[in-house]
Amino acid sequence: MMKSKIWLVLLIAVGLICSTTLVGSAAQAGGTLVFGSSGDAVRLDPADVTDGESIQRMDNIFDGLVEYKSGSTEIQPCLATSWETSKDGKEITFHLRKGVKFHDGTDFNADAVVFSLRRQYDKGYLPWHDYGEWAYWGYMFSDVEKVVKIDDYTVKLVLKTVNASIMTSLAMFTVNIVSPTNAAKWGPDTFKHPAGTGPFKFVEWVKADHIALEANDNYWRERPKLDRLIFKVVPDPSARLMALEVGEVQGIEYPDPTHFDRIKSNPDLKLLTEPGMNVGYMAMNTGYGYKDANANGVRDADEPWVKTPGYFEPLTKKKVRQAINYAIDKKSIVDNLYKGTAIVAKNGMPPFMLGYNDDIEDYPYDPQKAKKLLAEAGYPDGFEVTLYVMPVSRPYMFDPPKIGEAIQGYLAAVGITVRIYQVDWGTYLQETEAGNHQMCLLGWTGDNGDPDNFMNVLYGPNACSIGTAGNYGFYNDEEAQDLLSKALQTYDESKRAEYYQKVQEMIHEAAPWVYLAHSNQNVVFRANVQGYVLHPTSRKFFYPVWIE
Amino acid sequence: MKWYIIKRLLMLIPVLLGTSIIAFSLIHLAPGDPARTMAGEHASQRTINAIREKYGLDKPIYIQYGIWLNRALHGDMGRSIVSNEYVTKEILDRFPNTFELTFFAMILAIAIGTMAGIISASKQYSALDYTFMGIALFGISMPVFWLGIMLMMIFGVYLRWLPIGGRINILIPFHRITGFYLLDSIITGNFAALISTLRYLILPSTALATIPMATIARVSRSSMLEVLRQDFIRTERAKGLSERVVIYKHAVRNAMIPVITVIGLNFGLLLAGAILTETVFSWPGIGRYVVSAVRMRDYPAVQGCVLFFAFVFVIVNLVTDIMYVYIDPRIHYE
Repeated sequence: MMKSKIWLVLLIAVGLICSTTLVGSAAQAGGTLVFGSSGDAVRLDPADVTDGESIQRMDNIFDGLVEYKSGSTEIQPCLATSWETSKDGKEITFHLRKGVKFHDGTDFNADAVVFSLRRQYDKGYLPWHDYGEWAYWGYMFSDVEKVVKIDDYTVKLVLKTVNASIMTSLAMFTVNIVSPTNAAKWGPDTFKHPAGTGPFKFVEWVKADHIALEANDNYWRERPKLDRLIFKVVPDPSARLMALEVGEVQGIEYPDPTHFDRIKSNPDLKLLTEPGMNVGYMAMNTGYGYKDANANGVRDADEPWVKTPGYFEPLTKKKVRQAINYAIDKKSIVDNLYKGTAIVAKNGMPPFMLGYNDDIEDYPYDPQKAKKLLAEAGYPDGFEVTLYVMPVSRPYMFDPPKIGEAIQGYLAAVGITVRIYQVDWGTYLQETEAGNHQMCLLGWTGDNGDPDNFMNVLYGPNACSIGTAGNYGFYNDEEAQDLLSKALQTYDESKRAEYYQKVQEMIHEAAPWVYLAHSNQNVVFRANVQGYVLHPTSRKFFYPVWIE
Repeated sequence: MKWYIIKRLLMLIPVLLGTSIIAFSLIHLAPGDPARTMAGEHASQRTINAIREKYGLDKPIYIQYGIWLNRALHGDMGRSIVSNEYVTKEILDRFPNTFELTFFAMILAIAIGTMAGIISASKQYSALDYTFMGIALFGISMPVFWLGIMLMMIFGVYLRWLPIGGRINILIPFHRITGFYLLDSIITGNFAALISTLRYLILPSTALATIPMATIARVSRSSMLEVLRQDFIRTERAKGLSERVVIYKHAVRNAMIPVITVIGLNFGLLLAGAILTETVFSWPGIGRYVVSAVRMRDYPAVQGCVLFFAFVFVIVNLVTDIMYVYIDPRIHYE
């Protein structure tokens, strides 16, 4: 008797738990959007993050002085209403928007701007400077000397040298403006309690689970249409898609390309896709770099060219590098390994950017020609070479091991034996930056949408510094550096474009890279989610989004 | 008994010290540099050096260990290099999640596993026996992530009975106190949250329970079989006791000792993180955390997790040993 009662109770309990009617999958109250992210944020201070997940949250809580126009890398006013550049190009004066308040009630003004930036570059600005690593400052803003308050609503940015990319850089998340009173309140824990001027306010962060934001009713623009915006961590791509299919989340990032057919055939879902601001390539070490003794990122007169540890005779020859370019069938790699979610690359920067050289004719797939060039270079029987293959998938290369194998196959067909080398990601970066590799797979996702952020950091001879190289082909033509530096020091866009196009021609001829692909960025939403616009930098702005 | 427990707890000191030294050397021997990983793909040398200096990574390893140990003895496990949060807090934020999942999975595994084992043994070579042991074999061989995805497809996508993944329906207002969601929802009298938490627990704990369930079923079957062949069972049957009393009252208790050992081991293992289950079911647990900490070479976080796991293991083992006393009155600890 007793037993049967227990069973009955159990049965009812199970029924209750399984019944979807009682609690059910969440109803769409007002406008709550749950976005399925692939990982958790790391920190919530915009100046102290480098990973896409943290940036995704920051971009909806904070504003900068300037911002990108929707869907483009052009700049428009945001917290600064206007600005003017001094004659010598070294001072930019910003006029700030009045009447804007931070989420904690603090007034937005010149002090906030100075605080947000100064804490990043001024070692003596304590304790604030000690509260973060400010990883981006040294690399994107090292040309900034200081930020000065002129009056409550005017600030001046003083540059050490003219830098044509600085305005685009100012649209980056790292120079978003944070509330100084909030920072004073939380001290070293401010990274957990963000307060900006943006469209959404921070509500809670449940570690590894979700971050919830709510609409900022006092936003200086129109109030956002969504009431709540929640970033939920769903690490597994299959689970992410399933959660979207059943409506537990309304949008997801990084869908698995093998699921695209399933997504396209589902009328409840829509796939948004667009060329991303990236490039994936195979670099060939041309042999020489320099030791940047004073760590200034520039090769000075007393820093001579020396052999890199990965120096390999055949790859120092232009004909060999061109032969390898002819030997690889990029189209097939893009179709089969990028699953068609990319376009074939012929230059080292994406096609939609200023200064892209579309006149360049790509090396066609031609194994015969490759063999001929190898023979001319003195290697009729080929040689053996090591290829570093990335252990992780990156937005510019989904499946490096398979791409490595494909390249191995193509090169074997022209007599080159490829040994594949793999090591963990941190070490991989360390070794390739030190020039240990003969050939390596890598790529780049742009930071700010300026061509300098591709051309100079990836292909400039100054980036051939052994140990911190960004130029993994160790392409060290000084004429190229000259052109790249000129391009950075002029504000004339057509002039800049001309310089970058010339450098691309030079790189094409010297061929230290096999440019493989520019991969698309993809997000998937429920069909009733409206207003989302993909941004070339892959940053995610939810301000204009609403749910129908 | 009291002295035994105190002695065992004192043993924690050398165990933790030893583990910390081994963990510290291993992670530092592994290639990779946390400062490098932290700073991103194109950071300047200056930034990297600054990070190294800030976290003391530029010092020789024995000095780093000394500094760490000194802090740890003062109860400070340090801040994570990656998240800048206190490691202790990172662990305590996630452990309740893993604990609830594991606890649930173990209840399932024990209930179903022992029952299946006992029935199989008492009906040896019957169709039921073969079915149970067949399922157990299947359970041991099946990859957890595959099972997880299948469960989600069936119960989440097609039948829509249960949610796909997560800890609780995040749209339900919920106040976290202890981090143990079941407990918190009961304390706050939040019925909706309680039901939601249970709903979110079912699939992951089922997936997680399969392997221990299968192990427990097999061990309890063989242990039962051994007991059932012993003289006292024959005597009891000869005395005319019903089969039910023989098996459930006398045989089971004697057969449980090896089963408890298996349960203890599995429980400890699962508490140290069910990495795959946590990933597939978007479970914010400690397993996922420790994997990413290792990958990022987040030394303080790895150190903290390893110590914590060692501690949990020792405690679980101690509890297991104490359980023996209650199951088998012949066992005494001096």
